Amino acid sequence: MIRLRHKLTKGDFTLDVDIEVPDVGITGVFGESGSGKTSLLRCIAGLEREQGLPVHKRNVGYVFQDPGLFPHLSVRGNIEYGERRATTHRVDGKLVVDMLGIGGMLDRKPASLSGGEAQRVAIAAALMRSPDLVLMDEPLASLDRKRRDELLPYFDRLHEELSVPVIYVSHDIEEISRLCDHLVLLDAGKVVASGRLVDVLSRVDMPVLSGRNAGVVIWASPVDHEDGLTKFDFGDGDIWAPGSFPMSGVPLRLRVAASDVSISRDQPTSTTILNILRASVEEVHAVDAATALVRMGVGNQSLLARVTNRSVQRLELKAGDRVFAQVKSVTVRH
Amino acid sequence: MSIFGPLWLSVQLAFATTVILVLVGTPVAWWLSQTRTRWKPVVQAVVAMPIVLPPTVLGFYLLILLGPDGAIGSWWVQLTGSALTFSFTGLVIASCIYSLPFAVQPIQNAFESLPKHYLERAWTLGASRLDAFFSVAVPLSLRGFVSGIVLSFAHTLGEFGVVLMVGGNIPGETRVISIAIYDHVESLNYTAAHQMSLLLVGFAFAVLATMFVINRRWSER
Repeated sequence: MIRLRHKLTKGDFTLDVDIEVPDVGITGVFGESGSGKTSLLRCIAGLEREQGLPVHKRNVGYVFQDPGLFPHLSVRGNIEYGERRATTHRVDGKLVVDMLGIGGMLDRKPASLSGGEAQRVAIAAALMRSPDLVLMDEPLASLDRKRRDELLPYFDRLHEELSVPVIYVSHDIEEISRLCDHLVLLDAGKVVASGRLVDVLSRVDMPVLSGRNAGVVIWASPVDHEDGLTKFDFGDGDIWAPGSFPMSGVPLRLRVAASDVSISRDQPTSTTILNILRASVEEVHAVDAATALVRMGVGNQSLLARVTNRSVQRLELKAGDRVFAQVKSVTVRH
Repeated sequence: MSIFGPLWLSVQLAFATTVILVLVGTPVAWWLSQTRTRWKPVVQAVVAMPIVLPPTVLGFYLLILLGPDGAIGSWWVQLTGSALTFSFTGLVIASCIYSLPFAVQPIQNAFESLPKHYLERAWTLGASRLDAFFSVAVPLSLRGFVSGIVLSFAHTLGEFGVVLMVGGNIPGETRVISIAIYDHVESLNYTAAHQMSLLLVGFAFAVLATMFVINRRWSER
């Protein structure tokens, strides 16, 4: 585990964090703008005026929102900058270059790279200093949708092929859901939740995870194809999703947004909704005057549904009730 | 008398002054570009004063300061046995103060326009403050350095009032080209004055044109 313990006061904003995060995998830090996400990363890196080791001795890689490659150096020079100053050499340079697909641009100048290419080079540069921890501050935020989708597979590879832990800051819950294993929720400089991604996402009492951001992640393996759909088995049931996904036996992440789930007391028969799962209500939490979040268990998996308080009253929903969850749509990550 | 003697002396003076100014002016420029102290405008004003002060005023105070009874001059006499005024060394010191803003300001501007995240990236990549300064800040501020070097060299070359006050007119020691031209005009030797003046006009043009060409190349890159 990595202990993160930081205090910072800037005007009327106070960051006060004392948590432990796993030393493997990607830890997401999620919160609204102004919640202190970037401040936390800057504290960890030593970029905020704080007691402790100077920045260059902390051995953390930092990937900024803006790639910020050094314009006077070639791509190769940029990558070697950190490597030459590294105190340990644990990272295989060739692997990093291959993994990020930048072998063909080593002799180019940063000015000739696209935003996505530049960000890949910046990630390679951060990795080449063999950091103990990599910090990423919304590395996809400066890119358009298309570039972002191009870059995401590289993050997946990073995840699979490197053992260095990553702390990944984002205000996009989709990104976090796709990439992270662990999730820290930050609100007004304080940690309000920290735990496994699937566990934190299934909480109904987190204001930052209500509304558009509410939804769960389910790990499931593709097991069948039919009518242009793929059947995913998640152990306690299955879910159909549009698209053809290879049946490689590797589980993929499905994101089910709370707004795409509705609840019925009786088994719906004539409906366009493909996925109807037997579930039991675990918790009902009123989010505001009109809406509520309902957490349901489907075997060991959790599902969230966003419904109106009126429906909760009409159906008399309470913990322990047996219901049918109707899942309107699923996003498959990978 | 050769027209090249005074020119050569001027070039030597400008060269020595420029080298010293880059060494001294760079840390000053860096400090000014990074500091958040409220005293910054005061320091900036002091550095910029030679631009507005008449050279005679500057030369007058330097004469007092560097003279055998002055604060620096008397110490120098004790140390070396010779006076600073009316010597080449004295001229170099005076020129450094006279041309200081011309070196500091372009370099400071270059440092200030450097995006802060370049330095922060360099630190997180394992570079110490000094390392990041030399490996990132300086190479990315080369235009500022070229401007600072060219301007302080050219400004020193054209120096007149301060030299007259502090250095006088000693051939081979303090008789720089601008003084020599003044002398020739005084003695109505217009031919020699023309030769030297044209040499300076050509030189100034060549130096500035080179600087602008370099700047253009860089901005095209």
